Amino acid sequence: MVLVYIEIHQGEIKKSGLEAICFAAQIAKLKSSPLTALVLSNSDSLAGLGNYGVQNVLVANQNIDGSDSQNLCSLISQVAEKNQANYIVLSNSSIGKSVAGRLAVRLNRPLVSGVNTILEEGGKLIFRKSVYSGKASAYYTSKNDKAIIALSPNSISPSKSGDSNATVSSVEIAVQPSKIKLLDRNLVKGKIPLAEADTVVSAGRGMKEPGNWGMIEELADLIGASTACSRPVADIGWRPHHEHVGQTGIAIKPNLYIAIGISGAIQHLAGVNSSRKIIVINKDPEAPFFKAADYGICGDLFEVVPKLNEAIRKFKSSNS
Amino acid sequence: MNFLVCISRTPDTTSKITFEADSRKLKEDGLVFILNPYDEWYALVKAIELKEKFGGQVDVIHVGNSNAEVVMRKALAIGADAAFRIDIEPDSSWEVAKYISDFAKTKAYDLILLGKETIDHNGSETGAMVAEFMDLPYISYCNKLDIDGTKATIAREIEGGTETSEVNLPFVLSAAKGLAEQRIPNMKGIMDAKKKPLDIIAVDKLGSDLELVRFELPPVKSGVKMLAVDDMDALIKILHEEAKVI
Repeated sequence: MVLVYIEIHQGEIKKSGLEAICFAAQIAKLKSSPLTALVLSNSDSLAGLGNYGVQNVLVANQNIDGSDSQNLCSLISQVAEKNQANYIVLSNSSIGKSVAGRLAVRLNRPLVSGVNTILEEGGKLIFRKSVYSGKASAYYTSKNDKAIIALSPNSISPSKSGDSNATVSSVEIAVQPSKIKLLDRNLVKGKIPLAEADTVVSAGRGMKEPGNWGMIEELADLIGASTACSRPVADIGWRPHHEHVGQTGIAIKPNLYIAIGISGAIQHLAGVNSSRKIIVINKDPEAPFFKAADYGICGDLFEVVPKLNEAIRKFKSSNS
Repeated sequence: MNFLVCISRTPDTTSKITFEADSRKLKEDGLVFILNPYDEWYALVKAIELKEKFGGQVDVIHVGNSNAEVVMRKALAIGADAAFRIDIEPDSSWEVAKYISDFAKTKAYDLILLGKETIDHNGSETGAMVAEFMDLPYISYCNKLDIDGTKATIAREIEGGTETSEVNLPFVLSAAKGLAEQRIPNMKGIMDAKKKPLDIIAVDKLGSDLELVRFELPPVKSGVKMLAVDDMDALIKILHEEAKVI
């Protein structure tokens, strides 16, 4: 059996969770084995996961918090052993990363984290991940055909594979009381976490001052993007730290990354070079970012961005 | 209070990555290797800051061959007291974690720290594994840590926000930006480091069920297509037809 653990966020299945399900369904199909999903809380949409290849959904009605990796590991490993799961799939989120290593130790099987693709070669499942900050890929396989797989967000587009409901049942597993006491959790409201965003508009020191960000936020709104920034502007407090993408910040891989007034230092590129399409707007023709871009506009952002926003508004109104 | 900091040796961020002919090993010729920045800037310096406050000892540990001794001496120059090198070339983070935890079980550490990831494999795997081998709590991506007696208060980054929690020592943490201020080793530190102990520990190869099939370089980008500065039609076309965001 293939087991997938998915995170439920305010009653909704997270996008990264749906991606993990579809990836696990690919493994299940290649191994001709059933797919079971494990969740920590009930949600109306669970039966509908049948459309994505899930046969059974197990709802662990525990009051355990997913951010305690010790408890989550106990739960997942017991379910995995009971159901003889050879492959366990989770999302490579902060929760997934914390528990995946533990599962590898507890269940004594290999871990491949940050996986973005699966292929089959000579009857073996091969998992590809990005290494050296996006400068290369590595392919791994498990010698004993058992593994823990942590899927990198935005690696696959979830799509329905059938039209049937999954069986939803609850499971009771005993775990120890948590050793970690959660004091506070602060989530930025109404925004998609950067690591999961499909489209990202990012700006840097070229913006000259924090008061100029209105046009960046406007552009982001117009195309349904999340906003991000380079390290220097987060360091000087122009933008919040959680927007900082790059090597020391968040690594992202959106479908579209628009970089405005960012020169493209190698540390910045290390966090964004897995983006599928990159558009760079910069007035310096020597900006290193142009070499990593798909499309470039060499010009003053204070002229280009307002013009672009205007053009998008016009396009949208003539197409609505 | 005793601290163990797990350190890695990685190619510098600016390195051009190539592989040996069998595509299974990094070509090391001409590369500059550094102490993994997250291990150095945040995990190691935080341990040193805590030692300065509470007293005790900071040990660093590395699993790998003697090539790493340069970066281990750097850790000593920054302020670690003793270094331990497990003399084996590991094939997986599972092995690294097993060796580190076997070593740590012979000591009594109050806190085990490592960087949030290495900049070569970007795995974020070892911390959780060490914690599991030692049956300790694990808190990842810490950017703030205060210790009061045996109680630690930690702030950490999560998707789209932050989280604050409380846990008793000992535990394992992975360090992210903000946890400590980077320190540059001074001349005295560099001289002292030469006299500090760097012990080499022989172990048996454990092996692993994880098999590296190959490394691969990404296809070369076809190159940037420059658009005229006032050609909004071209941009709109890209956003609409290629990126499908409008």
